[in-house]
Amino acid sequence: MRGAVSGGTLAFMRTYAGLPALMTLLTGDEKHGPSATSTLDVLWVLYDQVLRISPDRLDDPRRDRFLLSKGHGPAAYYAVLAAKGFFPESWLPGFGSAGSRLGYHPDRALVPGVEISSGSLGHGLPLGVGLAHGLLARGLVVPRVFVLVGDAELDEGSNDEAIVYAGAVGLPNLTVIAVDNRSSRYGFGPGGIEAHFAVGGWSATRVDGRDHGALAAALRVTSAGAGSAAGGPQLVVASVEGKG
Amino acid sequence: MRTAFAETAVELLDEDPLAAVVLAEISADMFAAAAARHPGRVLNVGIREQLMVSVGGGLALAGLRPILHSYAPFLVERAFEQVKLDLAHQGLPAVLVSSGASYDAARAGRTHQAPEDVALMDTVPGFAVHVPGHPAEVPGLLRAAVAALGSGGSAGSSSYIRLSAQANATAMPVSRSLRVVRPGSRAVVVAVGPLLDPVLSAVAGLDVAVAYAATVRPFDRAGLRALAAASGTVVLAEPYLAGTSALAVAEAMGGMPYRLLALGVPRRELRRYGTPADHARMHGLDPAGIRRSVTGFLGSVLGRRGAAVRSVGWPVPVAGDAACVPVRAGAVTCQGRDTLRPPRGRGVTFASHNDLRAPVAQPDRAAAF
Repeated sequence: MRGAVSGGTLAFMRTYAGLPALMTLLTGDEKHGPSATSTLDVLWVLYDQVLRISPDRLDDPRRDRFLLSKGHGPAAYYAVLAAKGFFPESWLPGFGSAGSRLGYHPDRALVPGVEISSGSLGHGLPLGVGLAHGLLARGLVVPRVFVLVGDAELDEGSNDEAIVYAGAVGLPNLTVIAVDNRSSRYGFGPGGIEAHFAVGGWSATRVDGRDHGALAAALRVTSAGAGSAAGGPQLVVASVEGKG
Repeated sequence: MRTAFAETAVELLDEDPLAAVVLAEISADMFAAAAARHPGRVLNVGIREQLMVSVGGGLALAGLRPILHSYAPFLVERAFEQVKLDLAHQGLPAVLVSSGASYDAARAGRTHQAPEDVALMDTVPGFAVHVPGHPAEVPGLLRAAVAALGSGGSAGSSSYIRLSAQANATAMPVSRSLRVVRPGSRAVVVAVGPLLDPVLSAVAGLDVAVAYAATVRPFDRAGLRALAAASGTVVLAEPYLAGTSALAVAEAMGGMPYRLLALGVPRRELRRYGTPADHARMHGLDPAGIRRSVTGFLGSVLGRRGAAVRSVGWPVPVAGDAACVPVRAGAVTCQGRDTLRPPRGRGVTFASHNDLRAPVAQPDRAAAF
């Protein structure tokens, strides 16, 4: 497959405009299409403009960590990782097949750059809380931990355990990105997802999940830099169109 | 054992800058001073067991060596998917240490009892399981388990250490192998952790070998095969769910005919309070109960049915067994003498108030009879 792609085409595929072409290379019964694309812009902005990580420093303790908690619908994730050179585009066809490293839910043991295996909802944020704690305990104060969750994923009660705790102890190196396509069965009431995080030291902002400039600006702000949360964790809600 | 655990864990926190302890309120007072010295490595997440296990996984992701501790039902059962996914599936090693083994909390009732814990942990790949029989066995097991975690995020291996308030009178040397405590020819009795003393009392005068195990995963298959090769007769005495190690015995004895009696805590709920000694008696895990089961088993396999090769699980319907067993439709027998009729209508019927020899018949149980 790789040999069939010309140099010019390859260069194109490694841009934002080329991501749909990479996603079309993912063959098989990809059944989570809508949620895959809900995260596309957030993922691109993170890997293109925010995360201090690259394929040549996968084991660098000082790298930023990105945890895709909402592991279903990973086509956009795989496309962005391929575009950024974490693995070759030739891995994309055969998605979900026995010979592929790329499954319907990502496996950190199989895919370079994937920090956690995910799929079952409500695990990424609690893991991220431990990771943020652990980095600070090792004196690694520079790396940031980003966790991407879906709004419906917040239905899982394990998130509430993590939200209250992280807000109470204050983890300035933790940022949660909640991609909100209004798919939570019962929603969050008048205050939206932000009200769900209105505990302890959390700070919250909401941006258009398709607006790269707004996403980058919100995600580049560190807790200390913002001065708004006195060292607490951050929530960035990325609004995207509804699922249905 | 819990004190021995906490003291050793605090030593590890002081010695090892990568050691960390995660708690969910239980035992937090035992780590208060250590938390003041190492605030980033002693974490109490509140009454949040899912978070406790996931935070342990996250700490391992950062290269730390996490020790997670709570009461057995909350550590293993309540957060089981976190154990499965956030530790094992991620390939992130941790040491899980439970207190409150099986019926330690007899007075507290079923909510505080998890005799199924070892069977559950046995389904998680890569976990060693240690069942110390004496507080003095705990420090060595914990230190070895933390050392096995590896360093700096490298792929080490996880352990589950099961602390109990029940203990043998003296400690055994820490070993991953079966240790023969007394010789014998008709059978080998594998006594796990705190069941060693009751087993030794039970088999006094019987011609059976007793081997002690404080580490049950990995199970010492080669050791058992060597010990049981001549008799082909194995008795498991496990202080948790009966039969938990039956597959390990089958693997150990693979290709050889063998007979197995698997003693342990039965699946049925007692719905009784009382003391751990009361529960041991009702489960047939006191010396008298173990002796009844072992002599009945040896009689059945070596007596008139001695030529038959069979595997026997709990409850073993032998005369004098402490368990209730159905004898015909509508009746059970307990200890071979108390015959009960199943209660009619709703509610619990106490056949014999405060008679611990006659476990309470339940409407839902009666339906099975």
